[in-house]
Amino acid sequence: MSGGALEAAAFFVLAVLTVASALVVITHRNPVVCALALAFHLVGIAGLFLLLGSQFLALLQVIVYAGAIMVLILFVVMLLNLGEETRAGSHGRIQAWLAPVLALALAAVLGKAVLSGPAQAAVTPGSGYGTAGTVGQELFARFFYPFEVLSLLLVAAMIGAVLLAKKRV
Amino acid sequence: MLSKIWLIPMLPLLGAAINGLVGPKLSKRAVGFVACGIVLLAFLLSATAVFELSGLPSEERHVTTEIGTWLPLGEVGAKAQNLEVSWGFTLDPLSSVMILIVTGVGFLIHVYATGYMAHEEGFSRFFTYLNLFLAMMLTLVLGSSLLVMFVGWEGVGLCSYLLIGFFYDRPFDERTGMSCADAGRKAFVVNRIGDFAFLIGVLYLATTFGTVEFRGITEGILAGGGSHALLVGVGLLLFLGACGKSAQIPLYVWLPDAMAGPTPVSALIHAATMVTAGVYMVTRMSGLYTAAPEAMAVVAAVGALTAIFAATMGIVATDIKKVLAYSTVSQLGYMFAGAGVGAFGAAIFHLMTHAFFKALLFLGAGSVIHGLDGEQDIRKMGGLKARMPVTYRTMWVATWAIAGIIPFAGFFSKDEILWGAFSSGNKVVWAVLLAGAGTTAFYMFRLLHLVFDGKERSHAHAHESPKSMTMPLQVLAVLSVVGGWIGIPAALTFGANLNFLGSWLEPSIVHAGREAAHEAHASLALEWGLMALALLVAGGGILLARSMYKDREGIAEAWARRFGPLYTMVRNYYWVDELYELVVLRPFYAACRVSRAFDVYVVDGLVNGARHVTIGTSHLSHANDRWIVDGLVNLVGAVVGASAALLRRLQTGVVQSYAAAMVFGIFVLLVLYSLAR
Amino acid sequence: MDPRYVLLLSAVLFSLGVVGVLLRRGAITILMCIELMLNAGNLAFVTFARQAGTAEAQVYVFFVMTLAAAEAAVGLAITIALFRLRESTDIDQIRLLKW
Repeated sequence: MSGGALEAAAFFVLAVLTVASALVVITHRNPVVCALALAFHLVGIAGLFLLLGSQFLALLQVIVYAGAIMVLILFVVMLLNLGEETRAGSHGRIQAWLAPVLALALAAVLGKAVLSGPAQAAVTPGSGYGTAGTVGQELFARFFYPFEVLSLLLVAAMIGAVLLAKKRV
Repeated sequence: MLSKIWLIPMLPLLGAAINGLVGPKLSKRAVGFVACGIVLLAFLLSATAVFELSGLPSEERHVTTEIGTWLPLGEVGAKAQNLEVSWGFTLDPLSSVMILIVTGVGFLIHVYATGYMAHEEGFSRFFTYLNLFLAMMLTLVLGSSLLVMFVGWEGVGLCSYLLIGFFYDRPFDERTGMSCADAGRKAFVVNRIGDFAFLIGVLYLATTFGTVEFRGITEGILAGGGSHALLVGVGLLLFLGACGKSAQIPLYVWLPDAMAGPTPVSALIHAATMVTAGVYMVTRMSGLYTAAPEAMAVVAAVGALTAIFAATMGIVATDIKKVLAYSTVSQLGYMFAGAGVGAFGAAIFHLMTHAFFKALLFLGAGSVIHGLDGEQDIRKMGGLKARMPVTYRTMWVATWAIAGIIPFAGFFSKDEILWGAFSSGNKVVWAVLLAGAGTTAFYMFRLLHLVFDGKERSHAHAHESPKSMTMPLQVLAVLSVVGGWIGIPAALTFGANLNFLGSWLEPSIVHAGREAAHEAHASLALEWGLMALALLVAGGGILLARSMYKDREGIAEAWARRFGPLYTMVRNYYWVDELYELVVLRPFYAACRVSRAFDVYVVDGLVNGARHVTIGTSHLSHANDRWIVDGLVNLVGAVVGASAALLRRLQTGVVQSYAAAMVFGIFVLLVLYSLAR
Repeated sequence: MDPRYVLLLSAVLFSLGVVGVLLRRGAITILMCIELMLNAGNLAFVTFARQAGTAEAQVYVFFVMTLAAAEAAVGLAITIALFRLRESTDIDQIRLLKW
C-alpha cells in the first residue's frame, strides 16, 4: 500500500469513528454511554491529529481530554447517580426540528466555505513540525504573555470550581 | 334787558333745578314761594323786555341774542350750504305776546296750584315739573330757529307727560281701565307721531334753505327759494306736528284723556299754553304758509272741522273736565281756522283771550272739584251757586266770554276770525265756525247751569276754596272781560284804529298781499251784519241751554232718547279711540308680537343655536380628545404592551432556546461573511 | 490528503455538536456536546496549521484545550451546585430567567 492510500484509509476509518461516536453522544439516553462514546471520539480526534502531523497535540489530546476531562465528567456522572434522560418537554417540539435545521444550515454554510478553499496542502512541513519542541518554542516565544494569563485563568477556574461545588456550611 | 332775554326761559329752569334737588327737604311754603316767585320774576323780566321792544321803531322790533353755537353742521343738503344752528332767542312782537301770556297766566296758575295741591303728596315734584314746563314753553316761543323751538316743543311734551301722569298709579278711566300714567303715555305717543312729521319738515327746510332760523327761512321763501310742491309738503308736515301738539283731527285723542292730570295742569298746559304752540308755530311760519295756499286751505279745513266736531262732543260729555277739554279742542280749531284763512293776527288774538277764559274755566272747575272733595260728574253737581259764590261768579264771566258775547273778550277775537274767514272768501269755513259758535254757547251754558243752578245733587259738604285759589280766578275774570279790548276791530270804532294787538303783531306776520285789498272793499254794513248774526246764533244757543237745563230736570234726557242712535254715537265720542285701537294699535301690537317672536325664535334661536353648536362642537372635541388623542397615546402604550407581551415570550428561560438563537445568529453572520467575500 | 475533507469532517462534527447542545436535556450531556464542538474546532485549527506549516495554530489548539478543561471543571461545579438545589440536572427545570 502507498502512503497516500494508507493515509486516506486511516482518515476514513478515523472519520467514521469520530462521527459515529459523536452521533452516540448526541442521541443516547444513558449519560454513561454518552461519556464512553465521547472518550472514543476524543481518541479518534487524537488519531486525526497524528494523521495531520501534530504529534505533540495528539499526545496532549489523549492525556488532557481523554484522560483528565473524561474522567472528570465520568466522575461527576457517577457522583450524581444520573439515570436515563427523559424525553423533551413542551419546548422540545419546536427544538426537535429547529435544531437539526439550524445545524444543517450551519453545516451547509461551513461546507460551502470549505469547498471554496485550496485542494492541496500548501506546504510540506519541515522536520520538527508538530514536535513538542517546535510548539513549545512557539508557545514560549510568541505566546508568552497569553500563556501566563492562561495560568491565571486556570487558577481562577480552580477557585471557582471549588467554591461552586462546595457545600454551604 | 333785551340783550338778556335768554334769562326768561332760564329762570324757570333754575326754579325747577332748585325744587328738584332740594325741594323734598323744604317746606311746602318754601317750595311754592320759590316756584311762584321765579315765575313772577320771569313775568316782570318779560314785561320789561316787551316794554323795551316797544320803544324801538316798528321795523327794528326783532332782537336776537345768541348764547352759543349748538350744531356747527357744515355743509348740508343738495346745494351744499353751510348750516350752523345756534342757541338763539328772538324777541319780536309775536313772541312778546306769547311770553306775556305764558308767564302771566302761568304765574296765576302757579299760585292757584299752591292751594290746590296743598294736601297732595309730591308737592315739590309737582312744582319742579311745572317750572320745567314753563322753561320749555318759553324756549319754544322765544327760539329764533325751528330747532331751538323744537327743543321746547319736545320739552313741553315731556312735561305734559310727567304732569298728566303725576298721580301715576291712580286709576283714571273706568271704562277703558286706564291709569293716569297710561293717559300720560297716550299723550306722549300721539304727540310723537306729530313730532315725527314736524322734524321731517324741518329737515327739508334745512336742506333747502341752508338755515333753520325763522328769519332766514322766511327771507329764503320770499326770495323764491324752494319749489312750490316742497313748500306745500313742508307746510303739511309742520301742520301735522301742530295737530299733534294742539289736538286737532286726527291727533286730538290725547287731550280728553289728559284730564287725568291735576286741574292746574289742565289749565296751564292743556288750555293756555302747550296746546297753543301749534298755532304759534303756524303763525311764525306765516311766510311759508302764505307761499303755499294749498297747505293753508288744509289748515283751515281741519281747523273748522275740528271746531264743530269737538263741539258736538262737548254737548253730551258729563265729566266737567271733559267738557272743557273738548271745548279746548274746538277753540283750537277756531285758531287754526283763523290762521288757515290768513287771519294770523286773529288766531293769536283768540289764543290770548282763550288763555284767559279757558284757564279761568279750568281753575274754576278745579275749585268745584276741590270743594266737592273730588266729584267730577256734573250730573252729581248742582246748586253750588250759593255755596261757592266766587267760583260761580268768575266762571259765569268766563262762560259769557267763551260764548263770544260782546263786550267780553271772546267776542272780539272770535269775531275777527269769523270776519277773516268770510272776507277772504272761505264762506264754508265761516258757516261751519258760525255753527260752532252756537254750539259752544250751548254746551258752555249747559255746564254752567248743571253745575251751579238747580237742586244740589251731591252729598258732599261743598265749600268755597281758599284765597290762594280764588284770587287767580278773580284776576282771570277781569282779564276775560277786558282782554278783548286791545283788539277792537276798526268796524266798531268808526275808523279809529284801536286794534292795538293787530297792529302790534303786523311786523311778525307775512300776508299774502291781497288782504289789504279785501279790507278796503268790504262794507261796514256787511261786517256789522255778520257780527249781529254771530251774536244771534250764540244767543240762541244760550237760550236753548237755559230752557233745557236751568232749574229743569229731564228735558235733556228726553231729547237724548229721541235722537237715540245719534246720541249714542256722540256719547261714545264717535268711537274714534276704538277706531284707532282697531286700525292702528292692533296691527302695531301684532307687528310688535312678530318682532318679539323674531327676537325669541330667530335671534334667541340663533344665540341658542350657537350655544347648541358650541356644546356640540365641544362634545366633538371631547370625543376627539378622548378617542383620538387619548386613543393615539393609549395606542402607543398598547402597542408597546402588546409588543412586549409578544417579545417577552423570547425570554423562555430555556437555555437551549437561547443557544438556538445564537446558532442562528452565527449562521447569519457566516452567510454574510461568505457573501461579502 | 485533501485538507478540505478534514475541514468538512470538522464542520460535520461541529454541527453534530450543535444539535446535541440544542436537543439534550441533561446538563452534563450538554457539556459533552460542547466538548464535541470544541474538538471540532481544534481539528480545524490543526488542519490549518498543517496547511500553513507553522506552529502558530497548534499553539491555539493548546490554548483551546486548556480553556476547555477549565470550562469543563467550572461547568461541572455549577452542575453539582444546581443538582444540590433541584435534585436533578434537567435544564428544563432551570427556568428562572423566564419572563
